[in-house]
Amino acid sequence: MSLLEVKDLQVHFSTPDGDVTAVNNLNFSLEAGQTLGIVGESGSGKSQTAFSIMGLLAKNGRTGGEALFEGQQVLNLPERELNRIRAEKISMIFQDPMTSLNPYMKVGTQLMEVLMLHKGMGKTEAFEESVRMLDAVKMPESRKRMDMYPHEFSGGMRQRVMIAMALLCRPKLLIADEPTTALDVTVQAQIMDLLNDLKRDFNTAIIMITHDLGVVAGICDKVLVMYAGQTMEYGTTDEIFYKPTHPYTIGLLESIPTLKTEGAILPTIQGNPPNLLNLPVGCPFQERCTHVMDSCRQQMPELTHFGNGRQRSCLWQPENLTGEA
Amino acid sequence: MSNQTPLLQVRDVCVHFPIPAARDWPWQPIPKLKAVDGVSFDLMPGETLGVVGESGCGKSTLARALIGLVKATSGDIMWDGKNLAGMDDASFHDVRRNMQMIFQDPLASLNPRMTIGDIIAEPLRNYEPNLSQDEVKSKVRQIMDRVGLLPNVINRYPHEFSGGQCQRVGIARALILKPKLIICDEPVSALDVSIQAQVVNLLKELQDEMGLALVFIAHDLSVVKHISDRVLVMYLGNEAELATSESLYANPTHPYTQALLSAVPVPDPELERTKTIQLLEGDLPSPINPPSGCVFRTRCPKVQDSCAEVRPSLKGEDHHKVACPVMMP
Repeated sequence: MSLLEVKDLQVHFSTPDGDVTAVNNLNFSLEAGQTLGIVGESGSGKSQTAFSIMGLLAKNGRTGGEALFEGQQVLNLPERELNRIRAEKISMIFQDPMTSLNPYMKVGTQLMEVLMLHKGMGKTEAFEESVRMLDAVKMPESRKRMDMYPHEFSGGMRQRVMIAMALLCRPKLLIADEPTTALDVTVQAQIMDLLNDLKRDFNTAIIMITHDLGVVAGICDKVLVMYAGQTMEYGTTDEIFYKPTHPYTIGLLESIPTLKTEGAILPTIQGNPPNLLNLPVGCPFQERCTHVMDSCRQQMPELTHFGNGRQRSCLWQPENLTGEA
Repeated sequence: MSNQTPLLQVRDVCVHFPIPAARDWPWQPIPKLKAVDGVSFDLMPGETLGVVGESGCGKSTLARALIGLVKATSGDIMWDGKNLAGMDDASFHDVRRNMQMIFQDPLASLNPRMTIGDIIAEPLRNYEPNLSQDEVKSKVRQIMDRVGLLPNVINRYPHEFSGGQCQRVGIARALILKPKLIICDEPVSALDVSIQAQVVNLLKELQDEMGLALVFIAHDLSVVKHISDRVLVMYLGNEAELATSESLYANPTHPYTQALLSAVPVPDPELERTKTIQLLEGDLPSPINPPSGCVFRTRCPKVQDSCAEVRPSLKGEDHHKVACPVMMP
């Protein structure tokens, strides 16, 4: 049994302008100790996927489908049961380390609170455990830092506090929503290094949400590429990077300038992402696709499974496509 | 290009901010936050200078000092051979016409209560008040077409646009006066990858077409490499390395540049798994109380005793200068 199994996940929001489908028909699974990368542009539904699993959707949001965590459905659970799973089994790191800590509380108090609430520890025990966890995320002078407020920390240090807090109860699944986007490359390298260590030491499964394909290449085992709430392509990291089969993935990989890129003009994906309120009929990527066909404008291409557990939704058949199921 | 006069000559520019709250007692001298501490470079017409460094290294403050949004505490900024520091308002007004800026946050840098057309036309109304409505409109349409905005959006408001579109509006606004220099303060950091490439390409095309000089500030080293002729690496308000783009990326010499380059994630799983990252220990020291001598010495893997004594200055050949006596004796 997989640690997390997501089947036909859907997220809808009712807004004054009509219903918005933020996530549509998402399928993936995750084993213990594995890392899944979810990649896509802003508005592609990657954060909403995470929020729906954590039960953190906004009030006007509805979910459909299944998300089985250790066989148990976690979508639409009542708050009380959710609170038992959150933090203890699944925890989350947010994008902005500046705003996700409480500015009025000492860092130590915020860390200890987690242990006292979820593990019923006493104050001294919780303090010692928190210090141990700060040490584990390589926070210098951890004992002294417990008595400081978040504003006294730099961005990278605050992100370490967030990671320590997320790991306090030794969760089986860690959802990291763009954990390094707000940080500098040198700090990003430190944090990624740390996540890799923790993954090894605690055997935690990680869902890494990011738009940086470089980050994905470094840490992920599997990659899910999303566009306008839909799965474009899903497969192992090596397959996605070396044998991409979806025009969007190919465009995305080509348009990143790397330290090795030569030449004056970067290849780009033309146009802009569609408005989720009025998606075109058919494939949401049709307007920007280089391989668009008439049939793309008539209906959404079905998600096809092929090869070794890979998925793609595209009517275009590239040459390297083999083993279609 | 060497016999041309530089468009911009920057000599030993410092920007210090007094922080009265950082002292313990009122009779103590007011501590100074040294945001930019002695930066010098030349910028030729049509050239692109990339400025990179971590947040807090003073790249944005440098940009603001160049364009006069903050006053340089000391040092000279010469525009076409004329010093900006002693200039009266009227002549500075004329210089500013040729120096425009593009900001980091595309949406926040546009007035939400003005239409796209008004935003783009505002510099024209300011500098050429005698133009008729029709002339202004035709110029706005022309530039909108050039940056890839459809003419029918002229009466829309900024909130109706995506980040990439807003950045195009910002670029159109900066270009309408046909300036000689554009200072881009992290113009693509807030954009998605696919949109980022579009905006970078657009800037490059416009530069070739209009002979623009660019100061391109970014923390993304790959983007900087792609667009820049020369690159300036800054650390804690100081220059670390100034070199041509090819030379810097092929042969990074300053330990800070080396660490910075090794930290850039590569979108290639094989390489990324096997590469060794030179991790920098610790955090950026406070710019209120920077280390003596070389400011990087507290985190430098190659530190020596002598580093604490003298502050290194940029040395070396014209195409590659490094401020590190250890790596470049």
